[in-house]
Amino acid sequence: MEKLRYERPTLKKLEAGMPGKFGMPTSLQPTTHIDGVAVKELIDEYGSPLFVLSEQTIRSTFRKAQRAFSTRYPKVQFAWSYKTNYLSAICNVFHQEGSWAEVVSGFEYDKAIQHGVAGEKIIFNGPDKTEKDLAKAMQNNSLIHIDHLDELYTIIELTDKLNVKPKVAIRVNMDTGIQPMWDRFGFNFENGQAWDALNKIMHTNKMDLVGLHTHIGTFMLSANAYGVAAGKLAELAIGLKQKFNHEIKYIDMGGGFASKNTLKGVLLPGYDISPTFDDYAEAISTALLNANFQQDHLPLLILETGRALIDEAGSLLGTVISNKRLSQGKRTTIVDVGVNLLFTSFWYEHKVTPAQPFSQYSEETTVYGPLCMNIDVLRENINLPLLNKGDHIVVHHVGAYNMTQWMQFITLRPKVVIIDMEGKTHVIRENETQESITSFERMPEYLRKFD
Amino acid sequence: MNIKKNIALSDSGYLFNPSSGESFVVNPIGIEIIDLIKQGKSFGDISKNLLQKYNTDEATLEKDYFDFLNMLRINQLINDEEKNN
Repeated sequence: MEKLRYERPTLKKLEAGMPGKFGMPTSLQPTTHIDGVAVKELIDEYGSPLFVLSEQTIRSTFRKAQRAFSTRYPKVQFAWSYKTNYLSAICNVFHQEGSWAEVVSGFEYDKAIQHGVAGEKIIFNGPDKTEKDLAKAMQNNSLIHIDHLDELYTIIELTDKLNVKPKVAIRVNMDTGIQPMWDRFGFNFENGQAWDALNKIMHTNKMDLVGLHTHIGTFMLSANAYGVAAGKLAELAIGLKQKFNHEIKYIDMGGGFASKNTLKGVLLPGYDISPTFDDYAEAISTALLNANFQQDHLPLLILETGRALIDEAGSLLGTVISNKRLSQGKRTTIVDVGVNLLFTSFWYEHKVTPAQPFSQYSEETTVYGPLCMNIDVLRENINLPLLNKGDHIVVHHVGAYNMTQWMQFITLRPKVVIIDMEGKTHVIRENETQESITSFERMPEYLRKFD
Repeated sequence: MNIKKNIALSDSGYLFNPSSGESFVVNPIGIEIIDLIKQGKSFGDISKNLLQKYNTDEATLEKDYFDFLNMLRINQLINDEEKNN
């Protein structure tokens, strides 16, 4: 006789408190497959934990964003934000879709060049551009977004040395009505810093001022703030035309669009409250079209959206190591996915689902990672079905920032695979080995021996 | 050790403790274990019984059984004359 599927015995207290105003259904579906590929097979083949990216989701999300903007504004260009996920295969999916590259360091710049992105399609942001980085970007005709006056003066010096007229934009920070106001990048709009920088650029006549850029914040839950920002950049652009008879070629609205993840401390899930691409597109396009640009001289609209384009395409697969109880009887579940891999668990309530079928019984648990560190908590409180040791879980929406901000700490970093449009899997980053870490270390001769 | 006599458990797993007024939900295997304890079965008998029926191993069952017992104890659903049972 075939044995029945085992489920551990459970006793759950029924607590009839007041229903929450924002009470959410607790129904959960197992995630047995990703793009038609069984989670169990993925783990059997590539190990656990494992990052999985869906090419299908990346492309469809990109096309959704592209459509939202291009149906409202005639000239739109996306630039892939390398810091969000700079795995080469991922960058190339975006480049195949037509994205330029948006980089914030010499390392990222070189990566874009390695991928074959043309110099003039690389936007160079960030506060730390070395003289060497700037010289390279100037010679490659890249778009340099100036962050501070020291950088501006370095560029002016380099124009004489290299005898090139670089293409530049300034980064503008501003009050868009949201808190906290991001005023650390670029020059302020309200206090006149932005105009000081623009005057300097125009009067030296050593640079080609091609654009205006802003990066108003991250995980912006207000689309209207982008409308305010676009209006202020348009005002600068029109001022430049009036004052210097100079037309800029583009307005770059930066990134910061929210993904569908749920932020900690927010009552409603990201799916319900994050603005859609259409919301952002409507706010930005309306502001630009309502500004006093001549209709045949509208600037190109550049978007550096990262998080909202890749978050949903990434999943992190893991395995249950143990079920434990705390001193007061509270259930905890230890999995092999730690905060060293899932950096975003510090600010998101990540959705976690089991990868195998389960019954209707569930329990409140705390999900801990495998690190011997008290901070290694994936979910403080989550209602999960009764998981057993060896069961698999899927952490959803992990495509942004985790594969760039992860750290090698206590354990080694795992493989990353992509599932292509035909459902085939490809390793796009190998797992680390002991050798990959120790090969960077050097042992002084006198420390080699001990008793 | 036995389940308190006044505890009511329905076939669908609804458990009521009239002394405290608290209600619980027990899953099917939990109902089976409570029934077997009520019949006075030892852990050895219960383990043998469940291993024949369910697809699991002895170590997992032992760990889960004593965890379940602890939860019954924490929620004051058992008489614990022999505390170290």
